Amino acid sequence: MTQAHGPADAAPATVHGHAPTGFIRKYVFSLDHKVIGIQYYFLALTAVCIGMILSLAMRIHMVWPDASIPFFGAIKPEQYLTLMTMHGTIMVFFVLTTAPQSGFGNYFLPIQIGAPDMAFPTLNMLSFWTTFLSFAVMISAFFVAGGAPLSGWTNYPTLSAIPMAGPGEGLGEDLWLISIALFCVASMMGALNFITTTLDLRAKGMTLMRMPLTCWSWFITAILGLLAFGVLLAGGILLLMDRNLGTSFFVPGGLVVSGVPVQHSGGSPLLWQHLFWFFGHPEVYIAILPGMGVASQLLSTFSRKPIFGYRAMVYAMMAIGILGFMVWGHHMFMSGMSPYSAFAFSFMTMAIGVPSAIKTFNWLGTMWKGKIRFTVPMLFAIGFVSLFVSGGLSGPFLAQPAIDIPLHDTYFVVAHFHLIMGVAAIFGIFAATYYWFPKMYGRMMNDALGKIHFVMTFVGAYCIFMPMHYLGMAGNPRRYSQFTEVKYLAPLIPIHKFITYAAIITVSAQLLFLFNFFWSMKKGKKAAQNPWEATTLEWTTATPPPHDNFGGVTPVVYHGAYEYSVPGAEKDYIMQTDPTPVPAH
Amino acid sequence: MGLALLLIIWLITFLSSYFFVAHTWWPHAISASAPYIDHQWHLTFIAMGVVFIAAQVALGFVVWRYRDHGDAAKASYSHGNNKLELTWTVLTAILFLGLNAIGSPIWAAERFHSADTSAMKVEVTGLQFAWYFRYPGPDNKFGRTRPELEDASLGGLSALGVDSADPAAKDDVVSGVLFLPVNREVDLTLRAQDVIHSFFVPAMRFKQDAVPGLMIHMHFRPEQTGDYEIACAELCGLGHYKMHGIMRVVSEQDFEKWLAAREADKQ
Repeated sequence: MTQAHGPADAAPATVHGHAPTGFIRKYVFSLDHKVIGIQYYFLALTAVCIGMILSLAMRIHMVWPDASIPFFGAIKPEQYLTLMTMHGTIMVFFVLTTAPQSGFGNYFLPIQIGAPDMAFPTLNMLSFWTTFLSFAVMISAFFVAGGAPLSGWTNYPTLSAIPMAGPGEGLGEDLWLISIALFCVASMMGALNFITTTLDLRAKGMTLMRMPLTCWSWFITAILGLLAFGVLLAGGILLLMDRNLGTSFFVPGGLVVSGVPVQHSGGSPLLWQHLFWFFGHPEVYIAILPGMGVASQLLSTFSRKPIFGYRAMVYAMMAIGILGFMVWGHHMFMSGMSPYSAFAFSFMTMAIGVPSAIKTFNWLGTMWKGKIRFTVPMLFAIGFVSLFVSGGLSGPFLAQPAIDIPLHDTYFVVAHFHLIMGVAAIFGIFAATYYWFPKMYGRMMNDALGKIHFVMTFVGAYCIFMPMHYLGMAGNPRRYSQFTEVKYLAPLIPIHKFITYAAIITVSAQLLFLFNFFWSMKKGKKAAQNPWEATTLEWTTATPPPHDNFGGVTPVVYHGAYEYSVPGAEKDYIMQTDPTPVPAH
Repeated sequence: MGLALLLIIWLITFLSSYFFVAHTWWPHAISASAPYIDHQWHLTFIAMGVVFIAAQVALGFVVWRYRDHGDAAKASYSHGNNKLELTWTVLTAILFLGLNAIGSPIWAAERFHSADTSAMKVEVTGLQFAWYFRYPGPDNKFGRTRPELEDASLGGLSALGVDSADPAAKDDVVSGVLFLPVNREVDLTLRAQDVIHSFFVPAMRFKQDAVPGLMIHMHFRPEQTGDYEIACAELCGLGHYKMHGIMRVVSEQDFEKWLAAREADKQ
């Protein structure tokens, strides 16, 4: 690897000469990547609260269809679909894409590579406020005539293309598309910033192969985002045109909806599926890769051991990123696309299991013969590994088209993607929150509350999502608001009730987290500069870090990020900025 | 905490695995291709089950075994082992790509060739929120459909917009129940009139989207008589959860009798 070039003195120093003092420039339209990171985090926190309340309302409606729920009243089947659509959309875009990458990435990528800020601070501010606008537009869809759309987060035409096809497919659907288009633009701006920052602003000595794996994961995620969001943006604009300008990209001729002939001809609903999943599958990795980075960082830190197979970890993430763009068709085995292409997509999808397995082996290898400290962030990192295994292993079933025939669009799929890109990714966010909270706010989060929160969430997540595999095998289709019409589903209702009870308890446990978060901000135990005895650059600077991150000093890096338990060293960790030599490896 | 974590992870692993095998979750299978699909499922299930249990048990063991005892000894200093990396890379590649190689012929047998010429033709049409089944009658030809003639409120031929001016349409029969003779291959043509639907018959291990603008040909063969439910598996709007139907598999004679009666009704 070449020496890092363009050290901090080439950075936009003029912007960072001194911190802004006015409230608006300091906290609202801030150019400081740390403030922007926190803004993203709070946006995601707001979104996850909404998304979770929606999911609770759905779970309650599914098993007690006539129940009147506070704020929602008695939910009608079409409202159920609206809740489901918005739950998926909010969680995927405004939580799983926003918190791990834009939130923590923004705050810690520059500090971990020794830069004073992102490469383009103004662009960074612009990308946050565009995301904010996108979120506001998305939420506004709830309040327009007809309500929010009901076509799912995948938004397949022709259901999503024809206003008469269902309630919410009018103005609500247009707002959904506008919101997603804005989100794509914001994400591409963010991705450019992450890529440039990683390539150009690394401190002296911070070669690529000395970067913490978190930085690698943010870097690779940014590349995926740059390539994937552009395609969704194009798809979204085309669908908006179909709906409002009379084009027919996605709508074929000869359709009759609600008794009214549709004035379109020549389009293909499958085109949307290709565009959507060309984005949608890399999106799964956009959600989970930063979690992998955080898990690696934490497992090494709290096992007091170097990461096992650093290079293999980097190459595995690259392989996942590249293969991730070649597997989108596995979402379309039943769509009517050529059965021959299923062969290629199936092969590539099974192949992506290999780098995923390498990562799991290396996480176990990192803990092997370690000295594990059961801090709360470490518990969530261990939980991440368990959930990643559980959610990952249902993949090879769905990746084989023959087995996908009975399982496609059933609860088996719901179980699969929730465990891996939902819960595992959320565990990555929790791990990161407990880990970096002391650096962000100068105080520790409460340990006992954190441990209770971990156990309840870990067990709860399994209670919710493991039984969904059984439902899927029994042929329970997803996106059903009730299980009373299709007769063979009635015997499965007790399992759905169990899941709903588990969901109520697990969601309630998140109140512990919220309480702990806000209480610790004000009342938590004061944190030392390096409370976890970790090696990376954020722990070399003050808590919370000054405006230019390192207080006028430019850090110099001497070795990789995971020098723990070096034989003969005084302590069991050597900071990246510590010139003490380490054994060659 | 190490021991508690071990117990929690092991208990979750044990209970999850137990409920997979303690009950027959799969619906009773009645199609000719179902045994092959089910076999591939079982093979994958065993392979993934072993990996699942091994990985979770190892995780539980490692976190307990290598917990910090608070002594002065340092953790082992190792940056990895290339031989091990290579070993597990090759092993997982063999496992995953091997499963893929074994499973692929099943998919090919299902979808790479069209139905026998002797197969019975049935057209399946999905519309919000019902399934309609059309039989071509003695001429073995489906009559032309025209969207402007569609009127779902009238049901039957009118719901599909079948053009009575077309001679081939004269003997077409439309039913809300999918009547099929047992042990005969069925050549399905799947259509959708408004949005995407998905024709899902769990007992047949069969699923295929019905897509507006496409005529999708599929084939299958039911091998046991009885009533089996059809569900819609692609989100199609507010009535998606109640878009279902019945597939009624009867003996060849009963089927002929039913079809003749329907033809007679038309005259």
